[in-house]
Amino acid sequence: MQVSCDARISRGAGGFDVSEIVLEGVSKRWGETTAVDGVSLRVPAGSFVVLLGPSGCGKSTTLRLVAGLEAASSGRILIDGRDVTALPPSARGVSMVFQSYALFPHLSVAENIVFGLRVRRLSREERERRLERATALLGLGGLLERKPSQLSGGQQQRVALGRAIVAETPVCLMDEPLSNLDAQLRQEMRREIRALQRQLGITLVYVTHDQVEAMTMADRVVLMRGGRVEQDASPAEIYARPATSFAARFIGTPPMNLARLADSPAGAVVRGSAGPALLPGRGDGLVAGVRPESLRLVDATHHGALEAEVLSAEYLGADTVLACRVGEEQLSLRAPGQVTPAPGARVRIAVEPGSLHVFDAASGRRVDGGAATAP
Amino acid sequence: MTRLSANVHGWLLLLPAAVLLAAFTHVPAVATFWHSLHTTPKGNRPARFVGLRQYETMVQDPVFWQAMWNNFLYALFTIPASVVLAMLMALWVNQRLAGRGFLRMSYFVPTVLPLIAVANIWLFFYVPDYGLVDVFTRVLGFGPTNWLGQRDTVLGALMVMTVWKEAGFFMIFYLAALQQLPPSLSEAAALEGASRWYFFRRVIFPLLMPTTLFVLVNAIINSFRLVDHIVALTKGGPDNASALLLFYIFEVAFKFWDTGYASALTMVLLAMLALLALGQYFFLEKRVHYR
Repeated sequence: MQVSCDARISRGAGGFDVSEIVLEGVSKRWGETTAVDGVSLRVPAGSFVVLLGPSGCGKSTTLRLVAGLEAASSGRILIDGRDVTALPPSARGVSMVFQSYALFPHLSVAENIVFGLRVRRLSREERERRLERATALLGLGGLLERKPSQLSGGQQQRVALGRAIVAETPVCLMDEPLSNLDAQLRQEMRREIRALQRQLGITLVYVTHDQVEAMTMADRVVLMRGGRVEQDASPAEIYARPATSFAARFIGTPPMNLARLADSPAGAVVRGSAGPALLPGRGDGLVAGVRPESLRLVDATHHGALEAEVLSAEYLGADTVLACRVGEEQLSLRAPGQVTPAPGARVRIAVEPGSLHVFDAASGRRVDGGAATAP
Repeated sequence: MTRLSANVHGWLLLLPAAVLLAAFTHVPAVATFWHSLHTTPKGNRPARFVGLRQYETMVQDPVFWQAMWNNFLYALFTIPASVVLAMLMALWVNQRLAGRGFLRMSYFVPTVLPLIAVANIWLFFYVPDYGLVDVFTRVLGFGPTNWLGQRDTVLGALMVMTVWKEAGFFMIFYLAALQQLPPSLSEAAALEGASRWYFFRRVIFPLLMPTTLFVLVNAIINSFRLVDHIVALTKGGPDNASALLLFYIFEVAFKFWDTGYASALTMVLLAMLALLALGQYFFLEKRVHYR
């Protein structure tokens, strides 16, 4: 038996080769516009990495650069240690699931799934074997003879996944694959794709603008903005220690409160409020970040609480989100159960100790050392 | 609303279209058939019922068979040639290339020109000795040829001109169909390593089938319908070598004023077109994927 001597190639749980992907200073420019601006990142072999960001942040372009559907203007892309920057898509060992699924409307489900295998001239037995496996994995039995137009959105999605699976490539790329599904189905498919990735042990790069998808599925989240990487961290870390105020606002629902601070004799206070001080030292030019779930309503006996006025209350079932005004700033607060202070009511808010994030107002960078610790 | 008034209501809605269709299509067709069973009325001699006599004459008319044969050859060559050419041109100008707009326009120009104008342009091309075609063939060492004046070349010359005119028209339909194809399909195929030919054969061509069916129906109808260029270029000559069926009907009806016989010829043309249309829809339909 031949043993591979290349240490980078390892076997995934599903028996496929898995590869790591490395981007070194990759840029993509169209004339004046820069879609991807010097992105460097490493996707470890067999991991699930989500490229997350608002629309137009360059996440899809980054994915298409890895796939080879766009040519990089500068930088290098390595898959499995091999420089693939100049290789055509088919030579890179990647499969891809498109947002629109890109199913061939005139071919049956089975023919759609084995399309690539026919192109690669695999034997009939091999085709049948892989088709059978994908069908079983995705629960597509009984649909094989149908045309894509006769399938529901979720079923079409599964066929697109099937086409990526049968390629048995070490890397799979997905471009917003769930954005055309309804909320219920999306949740189901999220779990399914995650399970599939674990089962096959492939390296998966997944593009989405939905932070819930990123948080629930990813091993690592690469948050992008304006063509650059804003933060590259695990979901827990990006939630607990956002590197910038942008990352702080993007992750979590409702998003983190960002309140401008001001100087006062006692220390840094929320701008426009009389205190109490949230931090010792100066406050001008700083922004305090605090998650709605780290705030709670307290009674008058509580020492060091913020005076606030309720603006509105949003009842969500398990909890209620209160929008409150503190000084010149607005804070959201997540309270368990149903609390119904009328708009205009005066309340007192306590900040959980150690839950404060501090950012520089101008650059958005995190400036505090260890105020918050990852769980 | 009662059932009866609903019915009346429905018929009233259909009436305007039905009247127009009947007045300009069905009544003339039936009238033509009726005329074809009669002799041609002349001066003091009214039309006389003769049954199928006109059709018997037709079977024995060598010019009719010549026109049929010409039309058959004409369709056989111009339809596939213009459809294939249209598809190739559409595939070409659908790519990103410099001067794409100009190319698309220049392919479409022959379609915008009236057939008579086209025929005039090609008359210059075909002039013996100093026409464009002869200028080229002389470079290759051939002598002057009277392209429109010889039995062997006249039909071919007309066919080339027809393909030139028709291909640009059909290209527009193919171009529109190609632009409907989502780009992700070709990207998905590129990821699998499908060659351009493979992608064309397995994906583009089948997805263009509805367009091809439409274009084929039009091409067949046009091959029987267009006669302007014959009137302008050859008048069916020499020796009926370029007479097509409709041109022959035109001659019989408006040059010889034999309306009875012309009606019989028209019935044959109508029957053939009806059969072809039926055949296309029944046989090709099954192989066409509509989205």
